[in-house]
Amino acid sequence: MSRAGLVAARLLQIVPTFLAIGAVVFVLARLLPGDPVSAMLGDRATEEAVTRLRAQLGLDQPLWTQFLLFAGRMLHGDFGTSIALRVPVTAVIAERLPATLVLTALATVLAVGLAVPLAFVAATQAGRWPDTLIRAAFQVGLSSPIFYVGLLLLTVFAAGLRWFPVGGYGDGVAGHLYHLLLPALTLALSFSAVIMRNLRAAILEVLQAEFVDFARSKGLSRRVVLFRHVLRNALLSTVTLVGLQVGTLLGGAVITESVFAVPGVGRLMVDSIFARDYPVIQALTLVLAVIVSLAFLVTDLVQMWLDPRVAR
Amino acid sequence: MMYRVIGRLPAPLLAGAAILLALLLCAAAPGTVAPYDPLAFDYAALLQPPGRAHLFGTDQFGRDILSRTVAAAAIDLQIAVLATVGPLLIGTVVGLLVGYYGGIADAVFGRLVDLVVTFPFLVLVIAIVAVLGPGLGNMYVAITAVGWVFYARLMRSEVLVLRGQDYVSACKVLGYGQARILLRHVLPNAARPVIVYWMTDMALAILLGSSLGYLGLGAQPPAAEWGVLIADGKNLFTQAWWIAVFPGFAIVLAGIGFSLVGDGVADLLDVKR
Repeated sequence: MSRAGLVAARLLQIVPTFLAIGAVVFVLARLLPGDPVSAMLGDRATEEAVTRLRAQLGLDQPLWTQFLLFAGRMLHGDFGTSIALRVPVTAVIAERLPATLVLTALATVLAVGLAVPLAFVAATQAGRWPDTLIRAAFQVGLSSPIFYVGLLLLTVFAAGLRWFPVGGYGDGVAGHLYHLLLPALTLALSFSAVIMRNLRAAILEVLQAEFVDFARSKGLSRRVVLFRHVLRNALLSTVTLVGLQVGTLLGGAVITESVFAVPGVGRLMVDSIFARDYPVIQALTLVLAVIVSLAFLVTDLVQMWLDPRVAR
Repeated sequence: MMYRVIGRLPAPLLAGAAILLALLLCAAAPGTVAPYDPLAFDYAALLQPPGRAHLFGTDQFGRDILSRTVAAAAIDLQIAVLATVGPLLIGTVVGLLVGYYGGIADAVFGRLVDLVVTFPFLVLVIAIVAVLGPGLGNMYVAITAVGWVFYARLMRSEVLVLRGQDYVSACKVLGYGQARILLRHVLPNAARPVIVYWMTDMALAILLGSSLGYLGLGAQPPAAEWGVLIADGKNLFTQAWWIAVFPGFAIVLAGIGFSLVGDGVADLLDVKR
């Protein structure tokens, strides 16, 4: 298949994925305890009113018709009204989503910036003390829950040293970045451990490859071989890993935002559970899954672009 | 004999096992480790910093943090087991069946995996907890409902390789029943990576369980759980850092213990990861 054909085929795959995500969220909503109509109208509603509202919401239709109605509303961005905030769910999410996206993007940049040099040192010094030290550090990183790391950073750098604000989101671009730096670092520390482990293994693997021997035998300097040939090839796996871990990052953002009181969708999700704000939970589950599936799509496309072997 | 076997085990595995045994002792007999009653109020010793009388300090009610951290080991180790054993069993059975028989069930399973991985794991678990209501039992249900897929995916990929091996064909030629082939010949050979994954997953379960406990979605106070203890201390963090810091050490320690044992078992069973 031609490259354009492959790209088109991959783009088309997103349609059934979105439908399936919708189906899962629909089923989750159906599992909710209690009837939405009696929840909305209360116990003393007349039978007539109940029937009318059921018809209005399409609840008297067969299940698959209900699903189509649901899917149609989703496509129009109509997620209903937030029970707790009494505004359209779409508006709430649109207001809260940027903070989460900035947080995860910043965390990714920090994590990659931290992990790449350390993984490089660990792999090129494999078996010696810098490697042991770095691996021990990422073992601790992988075993530390995000909320705990966040709380420690918050105490030392915000409450103690007062270098950073204790929470919130600030004003303007600079204010947002300043407020999100500590939360992003929290998220980045655990993420960088994952990247580091993966990249270290990838570098060690590439070092075994024949083209590296060939590059060396051509008389290229160690520096050129390591940076141009080894690191560049090993970083391919990091690109894939970052794409595949977007879901984990968003999950981490839920916790980080709760610790640092960042007004993003993660904190909204937790707040909504305690407020029993089911329309918001439902919409967020859907939106976050859609973001992850788009991240998978971009990862695949980037991989096709970076590594011509994938598309062949 | 016993001594010789232990002596030959790799040091990280022994270190991990020692950590887990110590935690198990805390869980099984907290009274032997904890110096105080974890629930006893002591108004003469409120918010004491770590010292000789209270190694990890006390909280705003004078409760001993060391004793509370020790007492919480029971619930967190319970989480490590109960949040993973369901996924392990269900995933093993499903992975074994779809991998061995293939067909429509396998195709459906493949789509299911694609679907589940598009949901952030934590978000899906939280969404299910939202439907069922917060609490430890519902947390197990939610984690099991999602987690089994990852075990099944791993099991399936192992079985897929084994299915074509000569010894499996030989079993068929010998006229062995399907149950016998699957349980006695395929399962034992496919189990190693799954067991190794289970070890790592127990560490992840403690991280997840304590995170949900911290958010108020998992174990509910007054139950002593490390995440809940940290949540208890978070508002006093600037005045009494020790309330939240020490239970956190326990989580990190448990995570390292399970990881070391997992790595050690992977080396012993010669599983590549």
